Amino acid sequence: MRADAMSGTRLLYNLRFRAILYQVIAVAGIVLLGLYLFSNVSQKLAEQNIATGFGYLSREAGFVISQTLIDYKPTDTYGRAILAGIVNTVWVSAWSVVLATILGLVVGIARLSRNPLLAFLAFLYVEALRNVPLLLYLFLWYALIVTSLPSVREAWEILPHVFLSNSGLTVPSLVWTSAHTTVLLALVFGGILGVIFHRRATAERIRTGNVRALWPWIVLAVLLPPVLALLLVQPDFAVDLPEKGRFRLTGGAQLRPEFTALLVGLALSASAGIAEIVRSGILSVRKGQWEAARALGLRDGLTMRLVVLPQALRVIIPPLTSSYLSLFKNSSLAIAIGYPDLVMVSNTTMNQTGQAIEGIAIFMLVYLGLSITISVFMNWYNSRVALKER
Amino acid sequence: MTTATDIAEAQVKMPLQREPGVERRLLHRTLKPLFGTPVNAVITLACLWILWLGVKGAYGWLVTRAVTEGGAQACKVGHGACWPFYEAKLRFMIFGVYPYDEHWRVLLAMVLFLGAIAITMIPRFWNRNLIALWGVTIVATAILIGGGVLGLPYVPTTQWSGLPLSFLLSAVGLALGFPLGVVLALARSSKLPAIRVIAIVFIEVIRGVPLISILFMASVMLPLFMPSGITVDKLLRAQIAIIIFAAAYIAEAVRGGLQAIPRGQHEAASAMGLHYWQAMRLVVLPQALKIAIPPLVNISIGFFQDTTLVTIIGLLDFLSTVRTAMTDPNWVGIAVLEGYVFAAVVFLVFSYGMGAYSRFLERRMRLGHD
Repeated sequence: MRADAMSGTRLLYNLRFRAILYQVIAVAGIVLLGLYLFSNVSQKLAEQNIATGFGYLSREAGFVISQTLIDYKPTDTYGRAILAGIVNTVWVSAWSVVLATILGLVVGIARLSRNPLLAFLAFLYVEALRNVPLLLYLFLWYALIVTSLPSVREAWEILPHVFLSNSGLTVPSLVWTSAHTTVLLALVFGGILGVIFHRRATAERIRTGNVRALWPWIVLAVLLPPVLALLLVQPDFAVDLPEKGRFRLTGGAQLRPEFTALLVGLALSASAGIAEIVRSGILSVRKGQWEAARALGLRDGLTMRLVVLPQALRVIIPPLTSSYLSLFKNSSLAIAIGYPDLVMVSNTTMNQTGQAIEGIAIFMLVYLGLSITISVFMNWYNSRVALKER
Repeated sequence: MTTATDIAEAQVKMPLQREPGVERRLLHRTLKPLFGTPVNAVITLACLWILWLGVKGAYGWLVTRAVTEGGAQACKVGHGACWPFYEAKLRFMIFGVYPYDEHWRVLLAMVLFLGAIAITMIPRFWNRNLIALWGVTIVATAILIGGGVLGLPYVPTTQWSGLPLSFLLSAVGLALGFPLGVVLALARSSKLPAIRVIAIVFIEVIRGVPLISILFMASVMLPLFMPSGITVDKLLRAQIAIIIFAAAYIAEAVRGGLQAIPRGQHEAASAMGLHYWQAMRLVVLPQALKIAIPPLVNISIGFFQDTTLVTIIGLLDFLSTVRTAMTDPNWVGIAVLEGYVFAAVVFLVFSYGMGAYSRFLERRMRLGHD
């Protein structure tokens, strides 16, 4: 009896036993909680007569999505509606990432300018954007576009054939055909060819020390495929120019107010964060590097491009990844101003079918999947630019 | 744009070369960075022009063109800031639909609360008394806002709104998210694989999805998960979502702090005969949290702004009451800019203040370590 109690206590003081005990308790707790919640859910769903499963995805959606990139009609399925939402989310995030990166780079460098006035303006820009919630800016841009801009009849022509009005921005567009797609693909192929060629040339130069002017060949490698494709398929470069009629604008492509407000809001707010990242990245390069480059006779611009930026990138890439990720997640605020992104389409779907669990599960999984994809890609890029210690 | 010249402008941290007699004239030293080279002179003039436009626009809107008298109709005609709107709607924008005659209670609660925060921000007061201070503040605030005792009329949570609600959501979110986050961070750096995996999955899932999906989950799915007959208050549901969200982000900041603690500290604690929890509580965590304070303050700033998202699930937070004030039938379409400018200024003041505090802390911490 006493010996048993002793060994029991001794077992409790055994570190390995305790480690296993803790883990078993944690896992059992989570499993039990899950079972409990699951039983509640199934009971509730049975009471409220809500169907379960993803069968509803193949039913007819019946609602209109105001702007889509892929073909979608109300008679299409819920599945296709959600796909259209995903494409919209990716579309607006991708353009915002491009804009935010360019703006962030410019502002980040301006923050470091020797000109105090320029540095001060950049500082104001960053602080004004960082200290006010993105949602407020989205509401503000949207309200300004819809209420302050003139109606379509009196649209401003800010550039020739570019009109700004309260129904958005109207820009000239190309009448896109499959021939254009072919040329675009050929251009991408040429680009890849050029990169490969450039790499091999660099490797050759490092191996043999021969410096030959290789750029004509590289340009040729890049340009030849698209030129060939152009001659082959001969696409029609008809540009659809928007024209102001008596009552409305005709032709061109229209960027709706919701899209424009979201694009501007996301890009501006992310650019402020990126500016700070760029600034700290450049500051992290020691000044000896500048001095060494200057001693070698490099001009300031070249020093920046060849010496400082490559080293700064190592510091910049990881936080840049998280700011791209948060931009992408912030695109879900689209629902507040009515841009039909994934969240908004899922929300409509949930309201119509009552299947909240499936709806939320789908969009959380999509966000999770895309977040992981972005971070894997950026990690791969990061490992390429990271300091290689041998 | 002019990236090449911008890049050339960029090396501000290089000490300017000291030419002989550089201390000559103050005027010379001020003007040189502004007009030293032709490019710089152009940049300076462009900046001055932008600044001039901004100041002129703001002054015109706020002062010369502003409408100070009359009601909505006067504002409709005018082209400047509409002061009558602020006069009519200020209290609503701040306090929302909280009963008008009881506004003093929320105001007092906010003063108490901000006072407690101000005291907490001073490093000299960082000791055990703070916990007592916060205990008292929280109880007092809860009694003041909720009422139902001490002769104060009861105010249901559906009427809690405006700026106090924004403060409440972010403060409670951070206060309860913090311990949860510390536990998650410890779990994530634990040697026990099952516990580590649970923590990693939890943290990464929460960080991988947008906040509004978690808010949706709390507002739509949580009621389904509860047993029949139990309803959870709408505000409480949003608060739970915010706590969970905060915990995941705080956990990563704390993990950063934990990783910065050298192994020797753990080993020394073991050598002293401390077991895991003692070692953590007395040796490792105090150092780790100190390192994690600046990122934690930054998380708090972002977090205060993120609570505006509860608007989307229909809670009347500050941004939401401002928007409601703007869509009042008497003012609709008249005070578009006014409302947003007011909200932006309030957020700017609080966030910038916190940011400045965070920079102060970072400087102080650095001094402490070197």
